[in-house]
Amino acid sequence: MAILRVKDVSKRFGGLKALTDVNLNVEENSVHAIIGPNGAGKSTLLNCLVGKLMPDTGSVLFNNNSVLGLEPFQINQMGISRVFQTPEIFGELTVMENMLIPIFAMRDGAFRMHAYETIANEREVVEQAEAMLEEMNMADKREMNAASLSRGDKRRLEIGMCLSQNPRLLLLDEPTAGMARADTNNTIDLLKQIKDERDITIAIIEHDMHVVFSLAERITVLAQGTPLVEDTPENIRGNPKVREAYLGETAA
Amino acid sequence: MLGLNKKDTSLLIIVALLTLLAPFILNPFPEGSAMAQFNAGYPDLMQRFVIFGIFAIGFNILFGLTGYLSFGHAAFLGVGSYSAVWMFKLLSYNVIPAIALSVVVAGLFSLLIGFVSLRRSGIYFSILTLAFAQMSFALAYSVLSNPKFNLTNGETGLQVYADDPQILQGANSPDLPHLFGLPMRATYTMDVGAWSFDFNAGYYLCAVIMMVVFYLAIRIFRSPFGMMLRAVKSNQQRMNYTGLNSKPYTLAAFVISGMYAGLAGGLMAAMDPLAGAERMQWTASGEVVLMTILGGTGTLIGPVLGAGFIKYFENIFSKINDNVLHSWFAFLPDGLEDAVVFLIHPFIGKGWHLTLGILFMLVVIYLPGGLVEGGQRLLKRFKRKKKDTDDAPSGKTEPAE
Repeated sequence: MAILRVKDVSKRFGGLKALTDVNLNVEENSVHAIIGPNGAGKSTLLNCLVGKLMPDTGSVLFNNNSVLGLEPFQINQMGISRVFQTPEIFGELTVMENMLIPIFAMRDGAFRMHAYETIANEREVVEQAEAMLEEMNMADKREMNAASLSRGDKRRLEIGMCLSQNPRLLLLDEPTAGMARADTNNTIDLLKQIKDERDITIAIIEHDMHVVFSLAERITVLAQGTPLVEDTPENIRGNPKVREAYLGETAA
Repeated sequence: MLGLNKKDTSLLIIVALLTLLAPFILNPFPEGSAMAQFNAGYPDLMQRFVIFGIFAIGFNILFGLTGYLSFGHAAFLGVGSYSAVWMFKLLSYNVIPAIALSVVVAGLFSLLIGFVSLRRSGIYFSILTLAFAQMSFALAYSVLSNPKFNLTNGETGLQVYADDPQILQGANSPDLPHLFGLPMRATYTMDVGAWSFDFNAGYYLCAVIMMVVFYLAIRIFRSPFGMMLRAVKSNQQRMNYTGLNSKPYTLAAFVISGMYAGLAGGLMAAMDPLAGAERMQWTASGEVVLMTILGGTGTLIGPVLGAGFIKYFENIFSKINDNVLHSWFAFLPDGLEDAVVFLIHPFIGKGWHLTLGILFMLVVIYLPGGLVEGGQRLLKRFKRKKKDTDDAPSGKTEPAE
């Protein structure tokens, strides 16, 4: 069953057609990669899924519920977590606090006036956060300021924060962009581990073919705002249309 | 203790001791001595220390935690004062209903202003709050003061008149603000040798209230709610994508800080039953920003220190005049004495703002964390020095370490 259905989505910015009639189904518990050359509309598509942009036409259904017109926090509460291209974490807060916030958000909803409770007394939440830090191998860094983490650790923390909410769909926007090879490989291993150990659907937007082919089960190639082809990694590798899309970009 | 960890408990105890013993601490110089003018232990000023401390503590909950810089908080202070005086006029001179109403009205007023202003963030938010405060000032100063509908009594300021209803005012109760019969102006003066210490009922009421709201502020800082407010300051994008709606969080912080301001305004009126529009002017809003930054934004004790610092300057430095300077520098030769006095003159008396401005610049440039950071640095240096002297002899006897 498809957990995410994108139907006939179009979006234009003035005279620029960013997306034209995009149709896309992401199957439950799969890893689906969306690739394409620069300017293919990958980020626009992602922003339409998480409530940052409103498509001009078409529909986006998550688990058979429309997400269009909802605020990002509402979409998150439905079970979609997003990892950003540059890690978005709470830099001035400690690693532990970074992990506590999403767990509080999951337990208490979008707003709760828990002004007279003490964090230390919220045993369950603290334990969950500690377990998640353990899982991310970051327990020793719990009192550090998140801003002082290395790039790879920031990414790890962000993924951990998303996972702590047990999302049904994890959206990753170029998770290895600007990373050193070693960090990239660590991230790939982490994502593989997540995929194996959890009931989770992963949709990933990526530039790096190494990452895509090590993780994805299905690949959609986007070019000039429309899906060019959708297939398994093996078939995508040999597809002449895909080569053309990428080579065309290189030639230009 | 009280649900606080050790560090916060000791902080609370220190603040409690300082406020309760303030009449002694602020009057270190004997009466009539040359230094006596630096004594700040008179009731009027001590009251202002704690009242502005409350104002700044509340402001810090908004500015220190969420990073939203309001330039209109004086409006809530003014609204609080007006509410309190109306309570004196309508009910009685008892301060409890007056203070209660000032908090409630300021809370409602800040809900309204916050709801509109928080549609924007950053500089636009600051400008919106400034605009609202100036509108409130204009309303209080002229619009709401006309013969048909006189809510604020305009330029003169709102005060209690003999023909006011005061329906609950008992025949024997004092004819000025009181707490169940204890007048706020009641002062017991204790003379010890050359020293004299004032214990004022109004001050102690304010001090007790400040300790309570300081305790509440600590609880807010340490709560999950406080953590969410810091998350607002740190990264709103991540917050929204983590399933949290930042708007009600900021609005709640805004209303809480507005209620603190209203409480401060109510206490001001309780100490002196008069409310004027100038309390709402933008300079008053700017003052609380200065207090918070000077003391240490986002720290618990900083705003209180900042408030005390500025109020001390305002009241003590402004009183030093040329005659005082001449008496200080009388030991210098005449020409030099005049020259020194001439040089210092612009910085004292009416020029105290100049001194404050210079100090503020120095703090912002060299101590971005405010007086609290300064204190921490001093403490660290002191500890290191102590460690050095401790280590020196031990190095000889215990080389193993």
